[in-house]
Amino acid sequence: MANRDALRFTKTHEWFDPTAGAVGITEHAQEEISDVVFVELPNVGTVVRAGQEAAVVESVKAAFSIYAPVAGTITAVNERLRREPALVNTAPHGDGWIFTLKAQDPAAAAALMTQVQYQAWIVTEKDSGGVHAEHS
Amino acid sequence: MKPTADLGTGYKLVPGTGPHRASEPLIFERSVSGRRGFSLPPLDVPMPPAGVTAWIPAERLRAAPAALPEVSERELVQHFMKLAHQNFSVETNFYPLGSCTMKYNPRIHEELTALPGFSTAHPYEPDAAVQGTLQLLGELGQWLGDILGMDGVTLQPAAGAHGEFTGLLMARAYHEAQGRSRKKVVVPDSSHGTNPASAALCGYEVVEVRSNARGRVDLAALHRAVDQDTAVFMLTNPNTLGLFEEEILEISRLVHGVGGLMYLDGANMNALLGLFRPGDMGFDITHVNIHKTFSIPHGSGGPGGGPVGVKRHLVPFLPGPLLKKEGQAYRWVEAPPSSIGRVRAFAGNIGAMVRAYLYIKTLGAEGLRHVAEHAILNANYLKARLKTAYTVPVDEPCMHEFVASAVEQKRLGVKALDIAKRLLDYGCYAPTIYFPLIVEEALMIEPSETESRQALDQFADALLAIAQEAKTNPGQVQMAPHTLPVERLDEVRAAREPNLRWRPSPDGARPQGALQGPGP
Repeated sequence: MANRDALRFTKTHEWFDPTAGAVGITEHAQEEISDVVFVELPNVGTVVRAGQEAAVVESVKAAFSIYAPVAGTITAVNERLRREPALVNTAPHGDGWIFTLKAQDPAAAAALMTQVQYQAWIVTEKDSGGVHAEHS
Repeated sequence: MKPTADLGTGYKLVPGTGPHRASEPLIFERSVSGRRGFSLPPLDVPMPPAGVTAWIPAERLRAAPAALPEVSERELVQHFMKLAHQNFSVETNFYPLGSCTMKYNPRIHEELTALPGFSTAHPYEPDAAVQGTLQLLGELGQWLGDILGMDGVTLQPAAGAHGEFTGLLMARAYHEAQGRSRKKVVVPDSSHGTNPASAALCGYEVVEVRSNARGRVDLAALHRAVDQDTAVFMLTNPNTLGLFEEEILEISRLVHGVGGLMYLDGANMNALLGLFRPGDMGFDITHVNIHKTFSIPHGSGGPGGGPVGVKRHLVPFLPGPLLKKEGQAYRWVEAPPSSIGRVRAFAGNIGAMVRAYLYIKTLGAEGLRHVAEHAILNANYLKARLKTAYTVPVDEPCMHEFVASAVEQKRLGVKALDIAKRLLDYGCYAPTIYFPLIVEEALMIEPSETESRQALDQFADALLAIAQEAKTNPGQVQMAPHTLPVERLDEVRAAREPNLRWRPSPDGARPQGALQGPGP
């Protein structure tokens, strides 16, 4: 698990570890969607575009799409989530990782938000009032 | 120490002392070996010496008899009546379940639907023997076409999502007939979950368009999302926030401009009856959930109906067989080869259609318009009363429903879920919560036209009292319900470890905890 400062973030609340290629949902996202009861994992070898749906996390509230943060190929999935979906809640940045992705362009992650930018962004999104998108 | 619930009526209810003190045991737990609920006369047909099982192939026989409950008729009736009395239903409680239109179901529907001509008709009877039923179906299709502003209607789909799938199959057949293979279906981010699901099932890629700050389709975003590859734009109007899409004509022009089709999810048709016709807004395809709009009991899954109406250019693709009127007689005829084929066995859920027919016939055009007007008035009245304590993200006149938010209460530790559970203590069913996803801590409230001003006030008073409790006694809300047969259920464990089947305990004894309560 990489240093939190090295992680990159999407507006759809995924985190991406550019070194290990791991993808999961953020602490903020797990808090918002509440108790996760099922995770639909992608197949290893699947080629995804940036922003394409790659997995589905189902909570007691609803089902949420998990989008690929960058374009690439799925190289591994977290098999433990099949039996222990609650890991997404208890350790969203650790054992609750969802899949790993080999980025097509190793530099693509640079376009994503840093930890600081992401934290600032969720505050603005919350304070924007009115209707806001809350994908995850 | 059990928490007490102050209902604001002078009564204090303590769990276990409410009207339903003990949870009714499972019928299996009432079972006594050898008890019967029936008695049969002696068998008067010859049987093989080994018994009836001799006629059944060995691989079809179970190894051990099924563990069915053994109870008397009296116990059976008592069991199900007790369960029925514990139920929250449209008949017994206010039921503001947003996006589902749970309205009162007139009793005359049940009486007339039970007429043997309808209830005992068999789908294989010759057309000449079921002319009454066929006439009813023919006229219902005609009327729905008039109400929706559509040129052709199929009654086959069994529910709304089935209607969506049927509509999308017709859209695909239409595009293919034009020699186009389009890949995308566009939906707003507030769409009903069934919309993207139906599109995916139909083989389309789903593209989501963000709503603007006023909760409507963002025209600029829609402009970017639709192109020559867009097969259909699916929308509900009024939308999921209960708001009328005022720019609907511009939206239709945009989608038609790239050769796409407009699909209306008719789940919110209750707000439009007699006021607006989807066909006039530019929609090419519409389904209507007749069990919602036209008052058919549909808790726990129906049976309902999702007829689909289409404009003239899509009529050749309607499912078959088609009902044809020749002189005074109706008969089924083959659909043309362009048809998408049959989507349902026989003619669909006839019982639901009889009720929809009766609803339209009893109210008439004028009455249907009043339905929509009163549904809209009731929703706006509730919104006006509730916005003093709850956030209303888009505070504009709404149609038949609106979405409030419990963000203020969440700061005090009380979530939409807690408020929903607490409402049960006040004798109201909970509104839809956490939908649409674009509103945080959403409470989606649809009172329907069938509620009186007193019922609306009671519900508003309850929600306002709960908002007050969130400030003064949040624990009471967080722990709710306090007055029901069961306390808050472990929904997470139920979803993670679904255990849906009763099993006898290994020693044959009654499971621990069964039949507890006040005793016999």
